[in-house]
Amino acid sequence: MIKFALQGLLARKLRTALTAIGVVLGVALISGTYVLTDSITSAFDSIFTQNYKNTDAAITGKNAIDASEDGTVPAPPFDAGLLAKVRGLPQVGAAGGAVSGEAQLIGKDGKSIVFGGAPNLGFSVDPTLPQFNSLTLVSGAWPAGDQVVIDTKTAKEKGFTTGDTIGVQARGAAEKMKISGLVEFGAVSSIGGATLAGFDLGTAQRLFDKTGKLDQILIATKSGTSEQQMLDAVRQILPTATQVRTADEQAKEDAAGTSSFLSFLQTFLLVFGGIALFVGSFVIANSLSITIAQRTREFATLRTLGASRRQILSTVVLEALVTGFVAAVAGLFLGLAIATGLFKLFDAVGFTLPNNGLVFRTRTIVVALIVGVVVTVLASLRPAWRATRVPPIAAVREGATLAPGRLNRYRPVGAALLAAGGIALVLVGLFADGLSTKTLLTLLGAGVLLLFIGIALFSSRLVRPLATVADPIARWSVVVLTALIWPFVLVPLWLVRRLFGRRTEFPGVLPDGPAVAIGGQNSRRDPHRTASTAAALMIGLALVTLVATLGAGLIRPFEQAVDGIFSADYAITAQNNFSPLPPPVAAEVAKVPGVQKVTSVRGGQAKAFGKTITITAVDPQAPELLTFDWRSGSQASLGELGTDGAIVDASYADTHALVLGSRFPMQTATGKTLQLQVKGVFRPPAGGSPFGNVTISTATFDATTSQPLNIYTFVNMSGGVTAANTATLNDALSTFPNAKALTRDEFKKAQTDSIKSILNVLYVLLALSVLVSLFGIVNTLVLTVFERTRELGMLRAIGLTRGQVKKMIRQESVITALIGAVIGIALGLLLASLLAARLDEISFTIPVAQLVIFAVVSVVVGIFAAIWPARRAAKLDPLEALQYE
Amino acid sequence: MEGTVTQVVEVVDAKDLVRVYGEGDTAVHALRGVGVRIEPGQLTAVMGPSGSGKSTLMHILAGLDRPTSGSVKIDGIEITTLGDDALTKLRRQHIGFIFQFFNLLPMLTARDNILLPLTIAGTKPDPEFFDNLVDRVGLADRLEHRPSELSGGQQQRVAIARALVSRPTVVFADEPTGNLDSRTSGEILKLMRSSVDEYGQTTVMVTHDAKAAAMADRVLYLADGEIVKETGRSNQHEILQIIDTLDLQ
Ligand SMILES: Nc1ncnc2c1ncn2[C@@H]1O[C@H](COP(=O)(O)OP(=O)(O)OP(=O)(O)O)[C@@H](O)[C@H]1O
Ligand SMILES: [Mg+2]
Repeated sequence: MIKFALQGLLARKLRTALTAIGVVLGVALISGTYVLTDSITSAFDSIFTQNYKNTDAAITGKNAIDASEDGTVPAPPFDAGLLAKVRGLPQVGAAGGAVSGEAQLIGKDGKSIVFGGAPNLGFSVDPTLPQFNSLTLVSGAWPAGDQVVIDTKTAKEKGFTTGDTIGVQARGAAEKMKISGLVEFGAVSSIGGATLAGFDLGTAQRLFDKTGKLDQILIATKSGTSEQQMLDAVRQILPTATQVRTADEQAKEDAAGTSSFLSFLQTFLLVFGGIALFVGSFVIANSLSITIAQRTREFATLRTLGASRRQILSTVVLEALVTGFVAAVAGLFLGLAIATGLFKLFDAVGFTLPNNGLVFRTRTIVVALIVGVVVTVLASLRPAWRATRVPPIAAVREGATLAPGRLNRYRPVGAALLAAGGIALVLVGLFADGLSTKTLLTLLGAGVLLLFIGIALFSSRLVRPLATVADPIARWSVVVLTALIWPFVLVPLWLVRRLFGRRTEFPGVLPDGPAVAIGGQNSRRDPHRTASTAAALMIGLALVTLVATLGAGLIRPFEQAVDGIFSADYAITAQNNFSPLPPPVAAEVAKVPGVQKVTSVRGGQAKAFGKTITITAVDPQAPELLTFDWRSGSQASLGELGTDGAIVDASYADTHALVLGSRFPMQTATGKTLQLQVKGVFRPPAGGSPFGNVTISTATFDATTSQPLNIYTFVNMSGGVTAANTATLNDALSTFPNAKALTRDEFKKAQTDSIKSILNVLYVLLALSVLVSLFGIVNTLVLTVFERTRELGMLRAIGLTRGQVKKMIRQESVITALIGAVIGIALGLLLASLLAARLDEISFTIPVAQLVIFAVVSVVVGIFAAIWPARRAAKLDPLEALQYE
Repeated sequence: MEGTVTQVVEVVDAKDLVRVYGEGDTAVHALRGVGVRIEPGQLTAVMGPSGSGKSTLMHILAGLDRPTSGSVKIDGIEITTLGDDALTKLRRQHIGFIFQFFNLLPMLTARDNILLPLTIAGTKPDPEFFDNLVDRVGLADRLEHRPSELSGGQQQRVAIARALVSRPTVVFADEPTGNLDSRTSGEILKLMRSSVDEYGQTTVMVTHDAKAAAMADRVLYLADGEIVKETGRSNQHEILQIIDTLDLQ
C-alpha cells in the first residue's frame, strides 16, 4: 500500500505540487517569521552583550514607578559625585561614568540624518577606560571637548570624513562640531540603522542637559575580590533613586523593551502564517476531493482486487502525509527567502531592523515540519473518508461518480450551525464583560475560524444564484480590463508575434459570446467544487475587507477628534511625526515674530491608585488652543491648574470615583508624591484621546520630571495658515532639524498616515493568503481541465477555437473569484460591523473605493489563475482528447 | 430535399494519404497511400479489422489530424495546410461529428447540446429545420432534459441531431453504435440513413458491423492502411462474404 501511495503521487507530480502550494506558502511564512525574529533577537543580544563585555556591574538611575518603555520616561540621571565614591571602594578595580541620549546628526543638506525609523544614539566615550568602551575606533582619534566621533555607515552614506564639521543637536539647538574619528559598534557596522555619535563626557553632559550628572557607572571588580563582595560594597554607598545590577541583569533589562516588541512581532506574523495555512488547507481539501472523485474507478478497481476500506483510507492519508512533509520542507527553506524579504519590507516602510545574518534554529525546523504535515493530513481526512465509500461496482460502471455521502443531507444545516456558532463566539468575545485579552482573542479567533468553515460549507448553496449574477459582471469586467490593457500590452504583443512570423489573431476586446456562455455554465456545474475553490479566496477577502473597514472606521473618528480638540493653525512635530521633542523647540518657536500663541503638551507616566498611568501636562496658553468636552469644570480651569490642580478623563474619574474637588495622591517618576485636586473632568473624543488619564500643569510636571519632553506643540500665527508663515516657522526651526512645522491639515494627514502605513503592512501580509487562494483556483481549473479532457476534445472538434477555449476557462475562473469576493466582502463587513458596534474608537464606515478595488483585484486574480490552465486546455489535441479514456 | 446533389466537386477528395506514427524502428504506418472521394448525398461506410487505420483515416478527413503526406480537400478547400484557427472554423461550417461515446455536455439540456455547434459559431438556428430535426430524431419531448436523464440511445440521438443541426457538408461517425445494444443500434442506423435520404446529408461512417454497412450506398474496405476493396450498395450477406474472402477479421 505504501508503494502504491508513492507511485500514485509520482504519477500525479504536477497535481500534487499544485495541491501543496498552500502549505508551502503557509509554512514559509511561519518559518520566515521565526528566522526573522530569531535573527533580530540574536542581533540585539550581541549588541547588548557587547555593551557590557568587560563590565561586572552597572549602576543606573531608578524611576520611582514601574514605567513602561515608551520613551517618555527614561531612568533619571544621578549625581556624578557617586563615581568618585565608587572608585574609592577597595573592591572596585575600575569604574567609568557615562551619559547617553538622543543626538541628531545633521547632514550637509541641513536635514537630520535618519535611516528608516531607527534611533539616533548619542553617548559619552572615555578613551582612558577602553575596557568599558563598546565602540571601536576605525580611523581618526577619540573626541576631545566639543568634538564628535560618528559611525562609519553614516559617514559613508552622507559623505563625511575625519576632520569635517557636522551639525549635532541633542536637547538644545544644533551646533557644529569637528569629526575627530569614525567608529563602529563592536565589529558591527550598523545596529539596525541607528546613527551613533560619541562625545567626551563633558560635552555629552552639556548636550544632553545632564551637567554634573551620570546615567550609568560601569564597574569592574578588583582582582582577588568576588563579584558578590563588590556588589555588597557598592550597595552600601548607593544613594536613593539608583540601583546596581550585574552586567547580565543589566543586559537583560536593556533588552526587555526590544524582546517584548519582538514577541509581539512574532505572534503578529505567525497569525498571518496561520491564516495562509488555513487558506492552504482549504485548497488541499478541495484538490484532494477532486482528485479522489477522478480516481473513483481506480479505488473501485482496488476494492474489487480485495483492498479493504482501511487500506484505501491509509493510502490517501499516506499520500497526504508525504505531500505535507515535502511541502513543509520546501516551505521551511522558502522561509529563509521570506525572512530576507520581510527585512526589506520593514526597511521600505521606514522601520529598519538590526540584522547580523539569518538565524535558523532547530525549533523553526520542528514547528514548520509538524505544522505542515498536520495541516495537510487534517485536510485530507474528509476526502480520504469519501474515498473509502467508493463501492467496488464503480469499477465496471462507465462514468461512475462518487455518491453523495450519507450525511450530505445534513450538510447545509450543519454548515449553518457552524457559522452561527462562530458568530456566537465572536459576539460573546466582544460583548461579554471582564474577559482577559487572551480569552477575548481566542474567542474571536475560534469564532471567525468556525464562521469561515461554516460559510465555506454552506456556500455551495449560494453558488448557482451567485454565479448567475456574477456571469455578466465577470464578462464585462474582463472586457473593461482587456480594453484598458489593450493598447499597452495586447497590441504590442501581437505586433511582436507577427514580427516573428507567428500567425495570431488580432486581439479583440469584446467578449466571445458562446465560449463565455459555456464557461459560465461550467461554473454552475459542480457547486461544491466552485464553492470550496471560492472559499479560499473568500477568507483572504473577508480579512482584507475587515482591515479596510476598520481602518476607515478608525481614521474618521480620529480626524474628528483632531478637529474637535485642536484649533491651532500649526503643529510642531518631529520629522517622524511621533517622537517627542525637547522643550527648547517650543521656546524657539515662541520667539518667532508673528506667533500669537504657543502651547505645548508634555507627556509622561506616573503612578496613582497603585497603577502606572500615562499623564500629560498643559501650560497656561492651553485654553486658547485646546478644546475639551467638559463634564465638569471649564476651559478656564485648563489654565489654572497651579501646583495641585488636575484634570482627569471621564472613564478614569468613574473608575476611581473622582468628582470636581476630589483629592488624590500621584507619585511621579522621580519619586515625588503630588497631592492633586480634581479641577475638571472631560469626555475624551471617540477617536481616541491625545491626553493621559491625568493632566497637570507644565510647571508641576517639570518640577518633578528629570527630562521633560513635549508630545505636541501648537502654534497660532497672525494671518493663520499662509505660505509666508509656514516658511517663517520652518526657518526658525532650522536649528532643530528634527522638528518641522505642519499646518493643521498636514498634521491630521501625518497622524492618519501612520495608521495607513500599518494598514499597508497588513494588506501585504494578507496578500499572501490571496496568493494561496489564487493557486487554489489554478489547481481546481487544472484538475477540471484534466477531468473534462474528452469534453474539451469534442468542443474543439465541433468548432471551438483555441482562443475560445481559453476564454471559456477564464470565464469560469473569474466567476469563481467573484463568488469568493462577494461572500468574502460581505463577511468582512459583517465582522467589521460587529467590532465597530463594540469599540467606541471605530465608527462603521464602508470604504466603498477600497471594496471596488478588492473586487477588481479578485477579477484580476481570476484572470491570472486561468492563464496556465487555459493554455493547457487550449494545447490539448482534439484527437488525443477524444481518445482519452 | 437539399440540392447538394447538383454540386460538381466532391465534398471530400483525399489523395495519397500517408500517416506514420512514431519514427525509425517503432514507426507504425497507419495509412499507406489512401485515396478517397466522397460524393454528396451518399452514406459511405468504412470497414476493416481493428488497427487497419479506419479511425486514422476519418480523423484526417475531418481535419482533426494531419497526414504525414497527401492532400485532403473539403468542398474544394485544401485543409492540410490550414492553421488551427482556420481549420477550426472550417470544421464549424463543413463538418459534423458523431462519436462512439456521446460526448454531451452534462450541464446543458438536450436542446442546448443540439444547438451547441450553432452557439459556438454564433449563428441562429433555422427554427423550422430544428423542429423538423428534433421530430426526426424523436426527441421532441426530451429537449429540456439533461444528458444524465437520458438513455444511451437517446443520448446518441442528441449527438446525431447535434451533428446535423448546422447542416455540414459532411458528417463523420466513428462506430456510432459501438456503445449501444443491437436494438438501439438498429434505430440509430435507421436514423442516419434517413438523414441521408431526407436531408441529403453526406455521411461517412466507420463501422465493424456488417448490418450497419449494409445500409450504406458505398462500402470501403480498409486493411493494413490501404483500401483493398470498394463496393456499391450491398446486403449484409455480401459484405460478410467480402470480409471473409479478403480475410478481414
Ligand atoms: N496516437 C498513435 N500513436 C501511435 N500509433 C497509433 C496512434 N493511433 C493509432 N495508432 C496505430 O495506427 C494503426 C491504426 O489505428 P486506428 O485507430 O486508425 O485503427 P482502427 O482501424 O480505427 O482500429 P479500431 O477498429 O480498433 O478502432 C494501429 O496500428 C494503431 O496502433
Ligand atoms: Mg477506431
